Amino acid sequence: MIKDIVSFLTGSARIAVKGNRAFYAWIAFLGLICLWGLAAWWNQFHNGLITTNMRDQVSWAFYIGNFTFLVGVAAAAVMLVIPAYIYNWKPIKEIAIFGELLAVSAIVMSMLFVFVDVGRPDRVWQLMPIIGTPNLPSSLLGWDVMVLNGYLLLNLLIVLHLLYTGFHRRPYSRRFVVPLLLFSIPAAVGIHTVTAFVYAGTAARPFWNSAILAPRFLASAFCSGPAILLILFQILQRTTTIKIKDEAIWKIAELMAYAMFLNLFLFGAEIFREYYSNTQHLIHTQYLYSGVHGHDALVPYAWASLTCSVVAFLLFLIPATRKNLVTLNLGCVLIFAGVYIEKGMALVIPGMTPDTLGEFYEYVPTLSEVRVGAGIFAVGFLVFTLLCKMAIPILQDPVSSKSA
Amino acid sequence: MSEKTLDRRTLMISAGLTTMAGISAAASGKSAGWVERLLKRRFVELSDQRREEILAELEASCRHRYGRDDITVGDTRAMDGVEFAYGLDLSRCIGCRRCVYACVHENNQSRDPQIHWIRVLEMKKDNGIDFAESNVYYDPEEVPEPENFYLPVACQQCRNPACTKVCPVKATWQEPDGIVVIDSDWCLGCRCCMSACPYGARHFNWTEPTIAADEINPDTHVFGNRPRPKGVVEKCTFCIQRTRKGRYPACVEICPVGARKFGNLLDEKGEMRYLMREKRVFVLKEELNTRPRFYYFFAT
Repeated sequence: MIKDIVSFLTGSARIAVKGNRAFYAWIAFLGLICLWGLAAWWNQFHNGLITTNMRDQVSWAFYIGNFTFLVGVAAAAVMLVIPAYIYNWKPIKEIAIFGELLAVSAIVMSMLFVFVDVGRPDRVWQLMPIIGTPNLPSSLLGWDVMVLNGYLLLNLLIVLHLLYTGFHRRPYSRRFVVPLLLFSIPAAVGIHTVTAFVYAGTAARPFWNSAILAPRFLASAFCSGPAILLILFQILQRTTTIKIKDEAIWKIAELMAYAMFLNLFLFGAEIFREYYSNTQHLIHTQYLYSGVHGHDALVPYAWASLTCSVVAFLLFLIPATRKNLVTLNLGCVLIFAGVYIEKGMALVIPGMTPDTLGEFYEYVPTLSEVRVGAGIFAVGFLVFTLLCKMAIPILQDPVSSKSA
Repeated sequence: MSEKTLDRRTLMISAGLTTMAGISAAASGKSAGWVERLLKRRFVELSDQRREEILAELEASCRHRYGRDDITVGDTRAMDGVEFAYGLDLSRCIGCRRCVYACVHENNQSRDPQIHWIRVLEMKKDNGIDFAESNVYYDPEEVPEPENFYLPVACQQCRNPACTKVCPVKATWQEPDGIVVIDSDWCLGCRCCMSACPYGARHFNWTEPTIAADEINPDTHVFGNRPRPKGVVEKCTFCIQRTRKGRYPACVEICPVGARKFGNLLDEKGEMRYLMREKRVFVLKEELNTRPRFYYFFAT
């Protein structure tokens, strides 16, 4: 047993680091971005969060927006697991593991974004049960830390089991994996709901204090995560011998179109309520889409995000453009960009602008924040790349793919 | 905090602590103090004796940091039968901001960058109370300006505080006398409380606060005006270091027009009860059900 584990670890490590020139260039590129971000974080650690453009008026911004976006990406694994294991749809079942790999990477990134956002990173252990003092059940951030760690653990278990058995050319244990996969569906909904509740429970911020925030989060998450996977699948189709059927890609794109429809519908419902009732709370939405008193830093982002989402929705809705590789990939990029801007900029910042006493502080991230963010994304991509690298030979192996 | 939780926590943690301390001591050959430092518990959960020791440590480190040996760090507790409340007469306030700076000096707020626990909002008489149209950076030759009135806002010491329930690590809570405090040795700096507060009453140390040594107020309370480090949240505590010893908050004392009232809500013959009986009071954002202990009124 121990020998098996050791050979799995050394063997996987060997697979993960062995590659062609393009692979090494990619790893080196990510490594450099990591270092670039790390240097910015080091400076932030020493000088405090004053290196960001957050201030008392806008006290959460780029970092927390990215955190929120990435929780959504993590939840997206469900878009593969549901068709694969609930509807037993074979073409997706063979590639569902990539959703889990993405989930692991996205959770790592989202937790790093919380880590860089807190003023006292030396105290994060206080969030842990038993050794710390988590304020449960009342604190939603406390819950969020719990469920994110749980979801990470769940996906790690699934992934490690699949990789471990695959490495030793044994069939994986269905009795172990399938219940965990099924449990990952409510868990994915759970992590995104709890994250949405961190905002939605805040009566002081009318822009967030909306009952449809959690459904909106879920709908947008179910488009953004699969967008990354669709592009990955095409790369794998070209560079490896893994068989990824076009039907699987088209089916995922179709599901994304439904999710995007729901997202746009819920968005429209929110917009209607805000503008028709026209209360003082409208000011946050106005700040986002038209600017108020000349404060309009977010306006271009807001419209870019909406345009991306609508165009992508149409591309994914129409079968001809869904099945055309060029328009499909364009749609993926647009969805990713649209949801990234929506969660990263257009959710957190207008919620805090104007602040609770009516002051406008226009936030735009500093270079330092962007560097730290880029560094975290590089870490995530590094984790994802290495995990995929380990998974690919196993999926290519006819023995294990037959059993999967 | 109850002694029961203390006992349970002590038991749970001490076993682990002892082990870790032993290992570290064996490994490094040094004392294992850092493990206890790392796993130190919340101040309020500690025994009286431990509290005394920690206060002495805090005092020593503050004295060292500012090179002054007159700094004291107290932990005067809430008195039975006391619930503090505040009254502010908007018809008297002239917007001079003396309260803002008296507060800065009394409570050792950072001078660079400036942190102000009290924000005075200039509002147009034509609009009435309208936060969206208010201005906190007003700077005319002379106040008050005839077309404006002024609304100072600080922590409203809510009975139903939105800030304390969102804290993920129990670093902020409401004391028995109603004061909402923060343990700046426990605050994670996640700023959930700042998102939750409807009054902008919480402020973050975006960098190391700077205060000249000769401007430090040496009379400090562990949950009040004790100098804070970077990366934690701070707020008004009704001058806990003063009011728990029977003094008025600094802002009440400095107000040149007597617009600020303070007292014990449970004292029927006290200032606050008189005020609420004789005048008509209101609170800010009552629809949020935060139920502030900070009352505004127009006396004339």
